[in-house]
Amino acid sequence: MQFVDIANQFQSEVTVHKGGDEPGDADGKSVMQMIILAAVEGTPLQIEANGEDADAAVQKLAELVEGKFGEED
Amino acid sequence: MEIKKGIGVSPGVVVCTAIVLDAEDLVIPKRQVDATQVPFEIDRFHQAIAKSISQLTDQREEVSAKYGKEIGGIFGVHLGLLGDKTIVNQVLLEIRERHATAEYAVSTVMRKYANAFLAMADKYMSDRVKDIYDIERRVLHNLIGQKHEGLNHLTQDVVVIAHDMLPSQTASLDRRHVRGFATDAGGRTSHTAIVARAMGIPAVVGLGNITSEVSGGDTVIIDGNRGVVIVNPDADQLAEHVEYQKKLIILDRQLQELANLPGKTLDGHVICMQANIESPEDVTDALTKGAEGIGLYRTEFLYLTRETEPTEEDHYEAYVDVLQRNGGRPMVIRTLDLGADKYTQQQLQNPERNPFLGDRSIRMCLHDIPMFKRQLRAIMRASVHGDVRIMFPMISTLMELRQARMVLNDVMEDLEDEGHPFRREIPVGMMIEVPSAAIMADQFAKEVNFFSIGTNDLVQYTLAVDRTNEKVAGLFCPAHPAVLKLVRDVIRTGQRNNISVSVCGEMAGEPLYTLLLLGLGLTTFSMNGPDIPEVKKIIRSTTYEHAKQVARKVMSFDSERQVMHFLREETRKIIPEAF
Repeated sequence: MQFVDIANQFQSEVTVHKGGDEPGDADGKSVMQMIILAAVEGTPLQIEANGEDADAAVQKLAELVEGKFGEED
Repeated sequence: MEIKKGIGVSPGVVVCTAIVLDAEDLVIPKRQVDATQVPFEIDRFHQAIAKSISQLTDQREEVSAKYGKEIGGIFGVHLGLLGDKTIVNQVLLEIRERHATAEYAVSTVMRKYANAFLAMADKYMSDRVKDIYDIERRVLHNLIGQKHEGLNHLTQDVVVIAHDMLPSQTASLDRRHVRGFATDAGGRTSHTAIVARAMGIPAVVGLGNITSEVSGGDTVIIDGNRGVVIVNPDADQLAEHVEYQKKLIILDRQLQELANLPGKTLDGHVICMQANIESPEDVTDALTKGAEGIGLYRTEFLYLTRETEPTEEDHYEAYVDVLQRNGGRPMVIRTLDLGADKYTQQQLQNPERNPFLGDRSIRMCLHDIPMFKRQLRAIMRASVHGDVRIMFPMISTLMELRQARMVLNDVMEDLEDEGHPFRREIPVGMMIEVPSAAIMADQFAKEVNFFSIGTNDLVQYTLAVDRTNEKVAGLFCPAHPAVLKLVRDVIRTGQRNNISVSVCGEMAGEPLYTLLLLGLGLTTFSMNGPDIPEVKKIIRSTTYEHAKQVARKVMSFDSERQVMHFLREETRKIIPEAF
């Protein structure tokens, strides 16, 4: 739920688009929507943000996902 | 609209409003509020969320301090979900647009998500459904607070939807308003099934996940004959079922007319029709169905309906109550038959590995003589108020029977010393439900006044099948030739030794087996009150000679399938609408 916590730190709207076999969209600030999106490891994701701090939001969230949610620390 | 297929375990059809029980008995009725109340409901919802968040935050800190951040993190997920705007907005929408109560709105939205979770292919994800249930429960608790709606005071007719009914739950049911059951788990012989049949209301079990499909307040059709549950039926289905319900009521009325006629075959062979009961209230129902006495009074409910063990007076009052309602007819009290049930096992510090082969029933009583004596004293004291008989359950060796009789003799001596009146020559009988007792029936017959065959346990022990395990429940079949041989031999042994034999297991109340049991020479049938009319109709529509032929043929078969097929054909000739 780290993702949602971080997304909520920004003003911008955050939308996550899921690729793969069952594509779908979710509000990046909603835990429920993110869970329902069911993005398991290896699913291609596109992160979209709209708002004043959109660039920073996308960058921070992409880092989180690419860093595999800090699981390798 | 949703049609769910399960196992019909108690016949009848009902169309009614549902209440859904979770493990904590929370009941969420579908209620709408006046438009003016909407802001109030919204306020209640926000308060409940705020309270839940503060509880969770406290719990997270406490748990993190004790077990580390990792474990505490679980609460983080819950906190995230509670503050989730998608959920919050949907609940608010339900309240604003549909004027739902806060409780009902929360329950509806959470059920929707629970279903979405369950539908996920990923096992990890579908397991998250427990988190949803957890949150739902927490919020509801905070909403309902002291306004806890229990099952013991219902104000309208309902059908109960539950995972599986616990004996403690059914014991506290407000029976006047419960019209049917539908459960996720269970089989033909589960507790829910037994209670539903005793109450004469429809029940469908083994539905898998009915509790997550139904929200409290939904309209539900429970069709116990076909084993189907329809959630939020459309107009056509409603009309069809109301029609069907009417037809069944007419059939029921026809059967009811038999109530006061004797259970006598066309060639004059007389059968005694008795009832199995669980509580004093069952007696009146049973008598209106034509019971000629109580063939099995299960005394377990006395233990299950209270927190502490019943006192001698509790027993005594219940027995005298039954005797008074029973009006001089015979009443067989079975001594305590607990031990292997879920309820008792949960109370144990070390649950048994194999409870059905463990310290249950008469064995448990012989290990706790003071408790056993309390019940026996009450039975003996009640014996002067009517035709009381004692029956010991689960006897597997002669020693057990003799020990039990010795305890009974002790009790009589004590009562005599204390000057209490009792009936010394009270008939003492035993259940035949363990294969060893059935095989050695000839020896037992010399030491008791009657036998009663408990087919449920006899089948389970003979065929080594746990009837509550859905994976093997299909192997549980009273028509198995091995079981039938034991039943036949016990009936014959009784005749030879001139003691009466009855069947008080479910088999006695199933029309499918009536011809067979009659033909094997059984003279006393004891069953749930609601089953009496149909069984009686079969008895009154055939001859003893014909039943004997049927029994002879059945005993020549080597598989339960043949037995059941043949009996179905033969029974259909008598009551075409039976199956």
